[in-house]
Amino acid sequence: MGYVAVKGGTKAIDASIERLTFERLKNQEIIEIETIMATMKSLIDQIMSESSLYSPYLAALAIKQAEGSMEEAVFLMRAHRSTLPRLYYSQAVESETMLVERRISASFKDIPGGQILGATKDYTHRLLDFELLEEDPAENEAWLSNYQKASEAVKASDELEFFPKVVDYLREEGLFENYERDNTDPVDITKQSIAFPASRSARLQVLTRGQTGAVTALGYASLRGYGQVHPTVGEVRVGSLPIYVAHPNEGEQDEEDAFYIGEIQVTEVESFVPVTKKNDANEQELEFEIGYGICYGQNETKAIAMSILDQCLEHPESSFPTHDEEFVLLHIDSVEATGFISHLKLPHYVTFQSKLDSIRNVKKGGHTDEN
Amino acid sequence: MKTKSHFAFFDEGSKKEIRRSILKAIAIPGYQVPFASREMPIARGWGTGGLQITLSIIGKNDVLKVIDQGADESVNAVSIKKLVQSTTGVELVERTQEASIIQSRHRIPEVPLTPEQILVLQVPEPEPLRRVEKSAYKTKILHSENDYSGAWLMLFEQIMKYGRTATGADHPVYVNNRYVMAPSPIPRYDNPKMHQSEALILLGAGREKKIYAIPPYTDVESLAFDDYPFAVETFTGKSCHLCGAEDVFLDELVDPATNETIYQCNDTSYCIERLNKKEEVEVETSHA
Repeated sequence: MGYVAVKGGTKAIDASIERLTFERLKNQEIIEIETIMATMKSLIDQIMSESSLYSPYLAALAIKQAEGSMEEAVFLMRAHRSTLPRLYYSQAVESETMLVERRISASFKDIPGGQILGATKDYTHRLLDFELLEEDPAENEAWLSNYQKASEAVKASDELEFFPKVVDYLREEGLFENYERDNTDPVDITKQSIAFPASRSARLQVLTRGQTGAVTALGYASLRGYGQVHPTVGEVRVGSLPIYVAHPNEGEQDEEDAFYIGEIQVTEVESFVPVTKKNDANEQELEFEIGYGICYGQNETKAIAMSILDQCLEHPESSFPTHDEEFVLLHIDSVEATGFISHLKLPHYVTFQSKLDSIRNVKKGGHTDEN
Repeated sequence: MKTKSHFAFFDEGSKKEIRRSILKAIAIPGYQVPFASREMPIARGWGTGGLQITLSIIGKNDVLKVIDQGADESVNAVSIKKLVQSTTGVELVERTQEASIIQSRHRIPEVPLTPEQILVLQVPEPEPLRRVEKSAYKTKILHSENDYSGAWLMLFEQIMKYGRTATGADHPVYVNNRYVMAPSPIPRYDNPKMHQSEALILLGAGREKKIYAIPPYTDVESLAFDDYPFAVETFTGKSCHLCGAEDVFLDELVDPATNETIYQCNDTSYCIERLNKKEEVEVETSHA
């Protein structure tokens, strides 16, 4: 018999998995988790962000297991996330307390606290560096010790300084609307399925764990023509935020009693979008609105794109798809999108047979009794 | 750092939460209950909704059967079975009658199910109105207002265009005379099996994060007009080339030797059982 597509599934799967192992091992090179952690930070950052699980160590393991496939690594991390009990929520953190590594504003030439470039690829020339083909550990060491010596010459200030937000400066001038502080607990989109219209907290959660490419593409679409939200980047900052968890059993909570559980590196963006609004006298007036973007690790393109989409979704009255929260939020998740696309590889012969029956009957013609 | 997975993969809190959604679904037949769908070790769209239901209701004494498009040995069915067994150690079977939980993609087995059994169906698109309304916010309102004109219009338009209804699989049904429900992409042939089913039917959509149910002995009616009645796929005059069965859903194949179209039971375990019985009879008669 020729039709064996659905027979011997067990054996076929075993053989396929063995083949996969063979492909991974055949060149007999082993990459260590430490190597991945030390050399592929950008990849780790993206994976942690898209899987909403902050663990560089597990992300490195996922990269190794997935053989460098982004979607596969994110998938592994998300599935692992499902096995972990969620015991606590961390306390809200003010991003003013960020230990800033990099911080720039495109809106002003100079900003209070100063522009800090930090480490960025923005001004490197994207020429393949053939020197890297043969790196010399001794040379690297020498470079490092020189760099460190030079850094020692810079005197650190005695006091810990936090950088003010650029937006605060403009807010003082009344260019931004002042909003009441909203301290309602955010919804948790991993504990209840998202309902529409979605709250802003739900929207921001979906956006921050969105697939980098998808978020970038939709943000770009909005910027380019579908809505033409053209923001000015008020501030991009990259740095670490301390995370605290309240004592689980104390009735009365004292800020001082909270447990410090570590820090996370994030990229945070505040975009300024000019909008026309009607004032009390019914006159058109120009004002700014803020789009907000944040994500794990250093991923500035994604965070900026997110800030565009955040502002878009605040204006559902616009007819562009980038302003339609169901369109944006339901299609940018890596695991959902790649999963459903890849399910097309599953056999569909029952459904196809059913459609075939229908089409044949239609072709046979008209109003015959269907029974 | 090595970790061992919990019984049935999930932590108990997650299982409890999914079971609560299932109970709500049973209490409101045909209503799509949103739930916090977890990412699973198999891909979204590959049966994660069904899998989450199975894993949250399964116990050590359960006996599991998994089929995909009617076949026990289909690669994805095997993959799902393996995952459940490696995290629970339950017994796996192919014979429909022996299973206490049957997880299936796009088929209801030929052997009638019993009150002791639970059928778990994998669902790609739980919203029967999605074809006519893209917004989840709006379809929720349509359901609550019992406004199913979109679904009726879809059938009406087919009659106008083609002279008959032209649905394939996933033909919408009315459950308990209240909710219009997507029965999952089972062929129309299987729709009538849902009506007054003795077994509990649970439907899970992982990617779309919905669980819904047909409790035992519930009325399930396929949408149709009086003058254009609902019709199942027809295999008149055709029979399984292996076991000779006639009143079953058949797969259409091409015989590689003769290049002729041949038919075969879609439900593989049903076919094998008939073949085995035939053989038994032959053995008995030849030894008599």
